[in-house]
Amino acid sequence: MTYGTLSLTLIFIFIPFVLSKSLKLGLEKDITIATIRSVVQLLAIGYVLHFIFETDSFVYILLMVLFMIIVATLNARKKGIGIPGITVKIAVTLITVELVTQGVLLGLGIIPATAQYIIPISGMMIGNAMVLSVLFLNRFRAELEANENETELILSLGGTPKQAVHRHLMSAIKASMIPTIESQKTIGLVQLPGMMSGQIIGGADPIQAVQFQILIIFALLTCATLASVILGFLVYPTLFNERMQRIAVLRK
Amino acid sequence: MNLEPAIELRDLCFTAKERRILHNLNGIFYKGKITTLVGPSGAGKTTLLKMCNGLLAPTSGDIFIGNQPIQEYEPTTLRRKVGIALQSAPILRSSVYENLALPRTLQGEHLTEEEAVSALENVQLDASFLHREATELSGGQKQRLSIARTLINKSDILLLDEITSALDPTSVKEIEELILKINRKYGVTIIWITHNLRQARILSDFTWILHSGELLASGDVSILEGSDIPAVQQFLNGGAR
Repeated sequence: MTYGTLSLTLIFIFIPFVLSKSLKLGLEKDITIATIRSVVQLLAIGYVLHFIFETDSFVYILLMVLFMIIVATLNARKKGIGIPGITVKIAVTLITVELVTQGVLLGLGIIPATAQYIIPISGMMIGNAMVLSVLFLNRFRAELEANENETELILSLGGTPKQAVHRHLMSAIKASMIPTIESQKTIGLVQLPGMMSGQIIGGADPIQAVQFQILIIFALLTCATLASVILGFLVYPTLFNERMQRIAVLRK
Repeated sequence: MNLEPAIELRDLCFTAKERRILHNLNGIFYKGKITTLVGPSGAGKTTLLKMCNGLLAPTSGDIFIGNQPIQEYEPTTLRRKVGIALQSAPILRSSVYENLALPRTLQGEHLTEEEAVSALENVQLDASFLHREATELSGGQKQRLSIARTLINKSDILLLDEITSALDPTSVKEIEELILKINRKYGVTIIWITHNLRQARILSDFTWILHSGELLASGDVSILEGSDIPAVQQFLNGGAR
């Protein structure tokens, strides 16, 4: 595809822009910023990936993965302001997800240890874990707020912090995992996943594209489970002090 | 009269978000007695009870439970020894039995059906309630269930936070009789927040009057009949029912 041909797709930006203006939605500025950012960021990453694929150096792969983890951590931490050490907790969660998924994929020789495989799959895992972390923190905050009396009751009767938040913690973990499980149930029926579509458009054999997609959805399920469980068990103890008194509230 | 301290407060202060809630509170709640805490909203009464149960920590000052500093108690042990019935009477969305069994469940123990029935009868609730959905009970029944649940821990000290404020007169009278029975029969020390001065007069051995985080007056119920302190006079005149 030439840049000239690609520029024709700006019509897909023009349609929402015109609709936003005529319906007075006030989103024109956001649409413009989002368009410019997506073009600049994707082109930049395209050139960066091109460079890394050319050199195929493990150091650059590591730096790229590290960059993804840092950006994802900084983005997700906004939902956890007020929790002591939330940045470290999210970083530990994302690093663990990355190590486990890549450990299995590379350790068992499922994918080759090249930038072409490691970077896109890492991006999917870290990105998904980031979304899951945000979903979990949102849900956990809502659960705690809605059930403040219950938490206080359990503590007042001699329960431990773990007992006081257990039901809300499990509920938040479950709620943040459900979208991943539900999307897997309809995958291929309602929509073709982005990676698979990309491979097919790029000329790959559809069967091979499907095989990779299956690999990804299986890994994403582990990613979803690990992200919410690890973050949940790292976060809840910091909401209480050593006298089992509540000390922090998750803020919006 | 030989009075032993159940809870002693020394220079107790509590500040939250730079707002002074309690200021230099000193006093003793006596063992086996009923002490009522009265005072306008915002006086710091609930905060005081939550500190005695260990849900909140003082900003400064000390609390002694049975002559032992509160911080020397393991938190879960303290909260079982000093039980609290919260004003909102929080009820779990489960059966009456599961609500009653909660204090035991938290300790990994089992509450037998006989014990549960006995606990219900203790608060004048019929055994037929045992397997009903607890959230469907009336306000008075929920409050009784809340008290029965607190009593499962066999606390030496029972803290009651406006437990009759939302109840009809009949339920109020029944709860008052119940608390008197718990106090007389089991010797449980009662510290009871109430806005109802009639209740304070007929039930208390001792009364504390709190205002803006300070203890204005304490003593036997005669302090509710009149005072030279203007703020106490104002409260008694405005709050007398």
